[in-house]
Amino acid sequence: MMNMARAIATDPMLPRPYSVREVAKETPDTFTLRLEPENAIDGSPFQPGQFSMLWVFGVGELPISISGDPALHDRLVYTVRSVGQATHSLVNRRVGDGVGVRGPFGAGWPAEAARGRDVIVVAGGIGLAPLRPLIYQVLQNRKDYGRLVILYGGRSPRDLLYRKELAAWARNRDTQVLVTVDYGGLAWRGHVGVVTTLFKYSRLQPANSVAMVCGPEIMMRFVTRGLETQGLSRDDIYLSMERNMKCAVGFCGHCQYGPHFICKDGPVFRYEQIRKLLEKYEL
Amino acid sequence: METLERIIAEHPFFAGLESYYTGLLTGCAVNIRFAPKTYIFKEGEEANEFYLIRSGRVALEIFTPQHNPIVVETLDEGDILGWSWLLPPYLWKFHAYAAQDVRAIALDGKCLRTKCEQNHDLGYEVLKRFAQIMERRLEATRLQLLDIYAAK
Repeated sequence: MMNMARAIATDPMLPRPYSVREVAKETPDTFTLRLEPENAIDGSPFQPGQFSMLWVFGVGELPISISGDPALHDRLVYTVRSVGQATHSLVNRRVGDGVGVRGPFGAGWPAEAARGRDVIVVAGGIGLAPLRPLIYQVLQNRKDYGRLVILYGGRSPRDLLYRKELAAWARNRDTQVLVTVDYGGLAWRGHVGVVTTLFKYSRLQPANSVAMVCGPEIMMRFVTRGLETQGLSRDDIYLSMERNMKCAVGFCGHCQYGPHFICKDGPVFRYEQIRKLLEKYEL
Repeated sequence: METLERIIAEHPFFAGLESYYTGLLTGCAVNIRFAPKTYIFKEGEEANEFYLIRSGRVALEIFTPQHNPIVVETLDEGDILGWSWLLPPYLWKFHAYAAQDVRAIALDGKCLRTKCEQNHDLGYEVLKRFAQIMERRLEATRLQLLDIYAAK
């Protein structure tokens, strides 16, 4: 029995059984699920920026970035936007329902390499979810990093994720949180404009900064351009890419991106690694 | 005490401008303050000045009949507000609403246009700076129009 459990734990193609412990509504179409392993042997260590394959039995399997605290090994947290049948089914799991988990997979954010430097987090929409574990890690090891600058853009105030946490993060020492929306109602007191408009308020020190960017690809294109204009080196900019991940271990080729497999070589890439590919229309 | 000329020289919009030109600009400038929840200008009114925002937040709004105005952009410390003074017919295209207590330097558009006509080097410096702002805002507006965070 123990051998079987070990085999499941080590075979990346076999989903491990987890149970839903909490489902929290973030926005009208986005939910955060907390899963815990059904077998005590299954700890859940992961690196910020990694993803899992979540199996909704009878529906299908989905690649979802881990959005929880990497210091908590007894759980996995995912923030999921309901946009299709599988994600709809996933966010409608109830407490106690089972979900199969494979992973974690892929290369995460360079949290270790960023030690001693300012960390600039630029997120758009649900792109804040894969960056949240990195933010937790920086805040838990505050002395190891320079300034933390979080620039977050959303569609409208009601589409913003983790609003209470954003406010709490802003209260930390040497931490600047700027939030903007594309469409602000009259009740919204914050910034209105795309996320790139926040650069001018962020007092970046490009020579000693590392930027981590996640959001729609077109947003990341504009953001990288903006970061370069601010003086950041291409080698200090990291992006999280998304494609149709299936096997998650670089076998099937579904997520091939030029010479890379997003599931294995990414999802986080150094900008310089993929800059040319970002400009290719066909990819 | 900060002089008007120094404030203008230190504002990001005029960064790097020769002091001779800053002196010319100062002749057209006054300190100004807008109380929160007041309109700085409204669409259709004559555009006779522009503003260097020193603190506070300004919301640019589009008026839609029978609906609440739509905020299309906010401007904060270090931003400039208004370029309709620069081009005919010199009428504002948006409402500008002081969402917070706003402190600014107002530059008289007519005065500045006259100085730019008399001194084309100054005119070129001013136009270059406005062109850069317009280019950035055009790019941001295009990105905004794409509605990139909508469910596809």
